Amino acid sequence: MFEWPLLSLLVWLPIFGAAAVVAIASGMPKLVRPLALAVAVLTFLLSLVLYAGFDVSTAAMQFEERSVWIEAFNIHYHLGVDGLSLPLILLTTLIGVLIIIGGWTIQDRPHLYLASFLVLQGLTVGVFAALDALLFYVFFEAMLVPMFLIIGIWGGPNRIYATIKFFLFTFFGSVFMLIALLWLYLQSGSFAILDLHQLPIALNAQILIFLAFLIAFAVKVPMWPVHTWLPDAHVEAPTGGSVVLAAVMLKIGGYGLVRFSLPITPDAAAALDWLVIGLSLVAIAYIGFVALAQSDMKKLIAYSSISHMGFVTLGLFLAFAISRNTGDVTGAGLGITGGMVQMISHGFISGAMFLAVGVLYDRVHSREISSYGGVANTMPWFAMFAVLFFMANSGLPGTSGFVGEFMVILAAFHASFWFAFVAGITLLLGAAYSLWLVKRVFYGEIANNAVAGLKDLSAREWLLMTILAVFVLGVGIWPFPLIEMMEASVANLVEHILQSKVEGS
Amino acid sequence: MHIESVLLLIPLLPLAGCLIAGLFGRLVGRAGAHWVTILAVAASFGLSSYVAWEVFFNDLPVLNYSVYTWAVTDGLRFEIGFLVDSLTALMMVVVTFVSLMVHIYTVGYMHDDPGYQRFFAYINLFTFAMLMLVMANNFLQLFFGWEAVGVVSYLLIGFWFRKDSAVRANLKAFLVNRAGDFGLILGVAAVVVYAGSLDYATVFAAVPAMEGQTISLFPGTEWSILTFICICLFIGAMGKSAQVPLHVWLPDSMEGPTPISALIHAATMVTAGIFMVARLSPMFEASVPALSFILVIGAITALFMGLVGIVQTDIKRVVAYSTLSQLGYMTVALGVSAYSVAIFHLMTHAFFKALLFLAAGSVIIALHHKQDLRQMGGLAKYLPITAATAWLGSLALIGFPFFSGFYSKDLIIEAVKLADRPGVAFATFAVYAGVVITALYSFRMLYLAFHGPTRMDEATRAHAHESPWVVTVPLILLAIPSVLIGYFTVVPLLFGGALADAIFVREAHDVVARLAYKFEDGPFAFGLHGFLTPVFWLAMLGVGLATWIYLFNPGMAETVKQRLLPLWKILDNKYGFDDFYIKGVTAGTLKLSSGLSSRGDGQIIDGWLVNGSARLVGRVSAAVRTLQSGFVFHYAFAMIIGLVAMLASFVLLR
Repeated sequence: MFEWPLLSLLVWLPIFGAAAVVAIASGMPKLVRPLALAVAVLTFLLSLVLYAGFDVSTAAMQFEERSVWIEAFNIHYHLGVDGLSLPLILLTTLIGVLIIIGGWTIQDRPHLYLASFLVLQGLTVGVFAALDALLFYVFFEAMLVPMFLIIGIWGGPNRIYATIKFFLFTFFGSVFMLIALLWLYLQSGSFAILDLHQLPIALNAQILIFLAFLIAFAVKVPMWPVHTWLPDAHVEAPTGGSVVLAAVMLKIGGYGLVRFSLPITPDAAAALDWLVIGLSLVAIAYIGFVALAQSDMKKLIAYSSISHMGFVTLGLFLAFAISRNTGDVTGAGLGITGGMVQMISHGFISGAMFLAVGVLYDRVHSREISSYGGVANTMPWFAMFAVLFFMANSGLPGTSGFVGEFMVILAAFHASFWFAFVAGITLLLGAAYSLWLVKRVFYGEIANNAVAGLKDLSAREWLLMTILAVFVLGVGIWPFPLIEMMEASVANLVEHILQSKVEGS
Repeated sequence: MHIESVLLLIPLLPLAGCLIAGLFGRLVGRAGAHWVTILAVAASFGLSSYVAWEVFFNDLPVLNYSVYTWAVTDGLRFEIGFLVDSLTALMMVVVTFVSLMVHIYTVGYMHDDPGYQRFFAYINLFTFAMLMLVMANNFLQLFFGWEAVGVVSYLLIGFWFRKDSAVRANLKAFLVNRAGDFGLILGVAAVVVYAGSLDYATVFAAVPAMEGQTISLFPGTEWSILTFICICLFIGAMGKSAQVPLHVWLPDSMEGPTPISALIHAATMVTAGIFMVARLSPMFEASVPALSFILVIGAITALFMGLVGIVQTDIKRVVAYSTLSQLGYMTVALGVSAYSVAIFHLMTHAFFKALLFLAAGSVIIALHHKQDLRQMGGLAKYLPITAATAWLGSLALIGFPFFSGFYSKDLIIEAVKLADRPGVAFATFAVYAGVVITALYSFRMLYLAFHGPTRMDEATRAHAHESPWVVTVPLILLAIPSVLIGYFTVVPLLFGGALADAIFVREAHDVVARLAYKFEDGPFAFGLHGFLTPVFWLAMLGVGLATWIYLFNPGMAETVKQRLLPLWKILDNKYGFDDFYIKGVTAGTLKLSSGLSSRGDGQIIDGWLVNGSARLVGRVSAAVRTLQSGFVFHYAFAMIIGLVAMLASFVLLR
């Protein structure tokens, strides 16, 4: 029986769709937006088919596709999903639809703008679905190009500094990853990620490989102190660029850690977990303070993203400390699940917050908090959504923002009281910077004529806000399906990483 | 109808009301919004009463079941579920009854407000959240309800969001509560780690196994894990129930409309901390150090916050400080293991304090939103029903015999006297002194508002008249339990074992059982005996002082104030807590933040590391560029040097 190559469709449909969008632009400019939307929606629907067919009871790769790509080097076009990648793919396709709706009003070369996002979306799915390390690397690097264009063409006044900083940071990181991958290939003769998971490696070599991966993925996450490209990139990026950057692209860093660092070099991860945990805690607390000091809304949300991503990296690396300190693995899976859930949730919430800033920016053309005040008077419905999203950002139970943070704090306590203590500070700092922004922007008397003249959400904006609100609340009220999706793969990962891969041991 | 469907409807009806009034407010209109929400709460109250009837009179067995599974991971089950026993049933009735009264009252109080529908949506949402909190059978749902009531409180304090003071107060309230929640979440995490479950019953069953265990926070120190957990959880209660030093948000929360001051900041939400400790009594019973801590915090709050109430000039703030002080009394009761008495005082206080707030609100309506006691006086003539009900509420508050507050407060004091644990001596002093203070500020308020010469301006006086029936009927309906509920429930609740299925007390700690003999002749004899106790005469001392100073010698207050100016300044300054938080903590945090932002991220990371590396690359390449001189002999020379160096290294390193 013929089976649809679903994953390939998810990768290539948006990319070919993008080509079609560009192709019809001169002949039928009116169809550019509907076509782009149709492609994105179709891709999203296909990803739902993927979800419907996914078997949650197994950690094995599903929907696998494999064919030889470059025979001489044993490189394959090899795709597949498990419980770690599927949620991220679903997030990517959902955000893909929202970006197209959000970019509807772009006037400057809309066909190129929308096409860039479609290409980016296809490549992102490719990153999450790739089971061949070199294929992963190709997608990983190729993604930089559309993002570079999005910020560089449709960005703000200082976009050149931001794009170059963004590009150099990520490129610098990925070079190390390439070296590590080549070394692994020379050892094993294979680029298959699942083969590399099983490859025994001496501890010294593991540590070098681990560090190489860490540099690559830490930049993407981003972890402190290699995070400073993110605020600059966000500030200069157009709204859609910020949304996709925060909601999806940062997740590639976290995904890389669970797909490469932990399973390929578990012993090095165990030996150096203090480093990752330390950097994560610094990100959570230190960056929380830095966020408080921002006067630019996008910068504030960018710093909030870094702080929230600290929960991801913290959760992912708690397993070793738990096993060391308690002699037991209880809580290890909780940490990894929490980290994964935090990535999905952060996708919704940060996307929603950047869209909210976009709503204001489109009207007033300022990102400065001080340009606003009393917006709730003129945009009450928008204020309702914004309060919901910023509350979610501060980890309110009943919203998705709570689920991952709660699980990671529980897991952190398994490892050490002090980890939980520092992580828990976010309860205060997250609420402080989120709600202080709400106070300054939305509450109070109408601050100026620009605010007085604001019009509440358009139907298009309503749609975007409602979709995100449904997901934020849905995951908060019933995270069961999301967690069920990951459970088998996380359990498998925990078991795998707590076994030594050092030869002879 | 199946009891489980009834239980599900009780919180869901107000939630549905909230959605209808909130999202379709324009569609259903003002009347539609208040009808939908009032009916929802009324139905919820009716069903709660039915459940309470079944629990107290038909011996409905304790229900403990899961409604749905929130998540399962790593062997840990996260459930949403209900635990319905006597404590839950009591709380459900109190919450829905006060909520219903406040809903009706709001029709009058918010009559002209443009945010009418939004207000009803919020108070319906609050009722939902509070019910979820009290009905929880696990720590996850407790935390959900805990934070959800906090959010609605935030939204309601900032209801008039144009007012700067209101949106300052709501941010402050949320953040101070979050400081408490920080403790709470660490406590919950410790529960999960050491008891392996979030489910109350499972955790309680694990208490004996946890008793010997310790946690080491600092090398060389060992803490009993139960003491650690209980103190962490109680820090959460200190935020929500406004105990010193996390009390500072409650007086400011008076920026919100008065109905919510009654509902949220007096009767229900602020008692969540008291409820939680009583609910978790099997854990708290296992740690005397934690109970001592609770006792001392409660005693400090009861005494010192009452004192501040004496110098307040805003009618709502007097009641707010009174609430703080009474919450302190409840906390003291918890601290001496008299959980049932704490819950009893919680219930009586819910009625009479909601009454006092709503009466204050009635005055505020009559005076067109003036709240300053110095511009009132003689209002009893214009607002007879309000004045009468305020008198009843105040008599309950000061513990006048036979009033509801008499039974609950007297028993707290008796329980403290019988208790034996560190901190009792100070607590005894605090609860006795508190009686004088309570009577003093209560009657000061009554006299300044309702009696003596009128100090209003003529225009205000001319318009002052009794409030409409939607306002006075709730006052009357609240006055009835404020007077009677103590008399009728004290024996069954405290000595008849009605709360026994919910509250666990170790025999050695059980001071309430040792008080039972006082009620051998019933509540009437106890009430009569009340006239002979020192507590009564202390209260009379306070009343006498208030009468002498504020009723008979109107100029006297100023003289006393001048005499005791340093003391007055300390009280007026609220002991400097606000200064400490605003000028110390907040300003310090912001300074640190901007320092980290400009120095840490701006100068060190971006300035030195990032752009510094870029500059370094630039300089190196500039240096390298000078090497590329274009002269062949330079290159040849470099090659020879390189070759020599390589050979040398081979030779030397071999």
